[in-house]
Amino acid sequence: MEKFTAFESSVALLPTDNIDTDQIIPARFLKTISKAGLGDQLFFDWRYNADGSPKADFPLNQEPAKSAQVLLAGDNFGCGSSREHAPWALTQFGFRAVISTSFADIFKGNSLKNSLLPIQVTRDVHAKLFSALQANPQAKVSVDLASQTLTLPDGSKAQFPVDAFSKTCMLEGVDELGFLLKHEAEIAAYEAANPAGLDTLSVAL
Amino acid sequence: MPRTIIQKLWDSHVVSEPAGAPALLYIDLHLVHEVTSPQAFQGLRDRGLKVRRPDKTFGTCDHSTPTAPRDLPIIDPIAKAQVEQFEKNCRDFGIPHFGYLSNRQGIVHVIGPEYGLTQPGQTVVCGDSHTATHGAFGALAFGIGTSQVEHVLATQTLLQRKSKSFAVHVNGTLKPGVAAKDIILALIAKIGVGGGTECVFEYTGSTIRALTMEERMTVCNMSIEGGARAGLIAPDDVTYQFLNGRPFAPKGAAWDAAVAKWRALPTDAGATYDHEVSIDADALEPMITFGTNPGMGISINGAVPDPASISDSVERETLKKALVYMGLEPGKPLTGRPVDVVFIGSCTNSRMSDLRAAAGVLKGRKVNPKVRVMVVPGSQQIKREAEAEGLDKVFREAGAEWREAGCSMCIAMNGDQLTPGQYSVSTSNRNFEGRQGKGGRTFLASPLTAAASAISGTVTDPRTLVG
Repeated sequence: MEKFTAFESSVALLPTDNIDTDQIIPARFLKTISKAGLGDQLFFDWRYNADGSPKADFPLNQEPAKSAQVLLAGDNFGCGSSREHAPWALTQFGFRAVISTSFADIFKGNSLKNSLLPIQVTRDVHAKLFSALQANPQAKVSVDLASQTLTLPDGSKAQFPVDAFSKTCMLEGVDELGFLLKHEAEIAAYEAANPAGLDTLSVAL
Repeated sequence: MPRTIIQKLWDSHVVSEPAGAPALLYIDLHLVHEVTSPQAFQGLRDRGLKVRRPDKTFGTCDHSTPTAPRDLPIIDPIAKAQVEQFEKNCRDFGIPHFGYLSNRQGIVHVIGPEYGLTQPGQTVVCGDSHTATHGAFGALAFGIGTSQVEHVLATQTLLQRKSKSFAVHVNGTLKPGVAAKDIILALIAKIGVGGGTECVFEYTGSTIRALTMEERMTVCNMSIEGGARAGLIAPDDVTYQFLNGRPFAPKGAAWDAAVAKWRALPTDAGATYDHEVSIDADALEPMITFGTNPGMGISINGAVPDPASISDSVERETLKKALVYMGLEPGKPLTGRPVDVVFIGSCTNSRMSDLRAAAGVLKGRKVNPKVRVMVVPGSQQIKREAEAEGLDKVFREAGAEWREAGCSMCIAMNGDQLTPGQYSVSTSNRNFEGRQGKGGRTFLASPLTAAASAISGTVTDPRTLVG
């Protein structure tokens, strides 16, 4: 994983509540056995006409949103399925952060494991940023994970929560599996102390 | 200190609590399917890792698996490659599994309980958000992403933070024509699709106690649609009776010891929850969704809400957008609206009792010739049982399709799908835009409501035909 550094970016705007992972990446694209190419399929059914041409009025088809690294979305972003293809598609498209008033649990966890920062802000901050971007679509925000600060176009700052462990992993580019593997002795000790339980190999079906 | 079952399950599975990190939680059962696992197996290969506990892992193919007769090849080459890769991964890593041609294959959340893999007191994970289904047995069961699938394959643990507890009290007696599906749709309509975020639901109360295991699975299944990662029901004699004798259930003295242990799982008197909500089952009516998320639900004769009545601008626009997509006018009921497809199946409603309920409505009747009706059993085992009871004949004689097991039109990855603009009444769990096929429009409901709608060809209150 690459280290997550501070950046400034324009913002793509999708002010809809409850944007689900089926919109982020429709299920028919989940038949892949790799992670490649998902960025092209991001928001596919909102982004393209039936003939495959881009929908002119969809925000992600317009500059500056098209090259923005930050997405501003409505409440409960990423609800629905557990597909990690959602953050894969968002990051491959170029997003590094999503701002919302809340995130669905599984999506949030998946994002933090893929260098995509879920920035949770209050309704007031959300509304203020939304208005600022409507007034000036070119406006930029700054994201600094180290200080957990989002800087709005007017220079005002909003703090956002992120758990300390995920923050360290993102800043240092460390992945969780490496961390887990270091705890082999404790896992083995737990198993020794809890020997009973299911054995899926015990019955031949 | 009195503990909830949620707390007890957590406490008994914490391996370690490293400083500055989430806890390592031990996983008792890891279910794997073809869609969310290939990149995880590739990750293991890239790092030269083995599956740590293949004996705590089980696989089946379901999502991109066709429901056409199994003697036909998989036509979609991408789906075929995925199913083949899944079978290869299971073979290479020594994981027991039901492949495409297995006569026991089925939806992952159906086969776990069916074979007794799912047991009270377990932690259960799967790369699928409907893993909450297994909570019906008093297990802590939740969906995970593909990175976490890799974590569990490699270490049998996950880094987890403890969720908040959310008690859902359901009391009273369900009226005829009202099903378990209506309980969960009513809950989600009440609290919204984000209402349970960061929580685990515990369903309690007299209504829940009176439900069969299959009905309990229907309720727990859609916990994720209420925003909760998991939802569970404390085990009782109904649970033990269902489980006893299934292939992977403990036997003999081990069974007695297990039951004795499981009897200590229910929430202690005096334990408290972070959140609580109550549902009055006496007042419950058949539910149906009108919009593009499962929280947009109303009772079957209710009116579609009016965006003009909503003060918050984003909420108002979200509802407006949903009604435009669905082609619906505010203020009018859904009943009487023509439908094109009826889908009876999915991990929510594809078990024997669901098929019996639908068959009970369809028996001796014909489906409206304008409606395509698909009945997709949750597993090959259910298919056999249903055929032994003659349910397949009831469905076929009524004019419905009787198909092979799989997720089918719940997720529309396998060729079973709506065409743009079509309306379905579906017993599945999600009505998101395009969920059942690009441009398709979904009304979620119970098997009774779906079957009643199949006959009339319009959204129909099942109480006009039963009870």
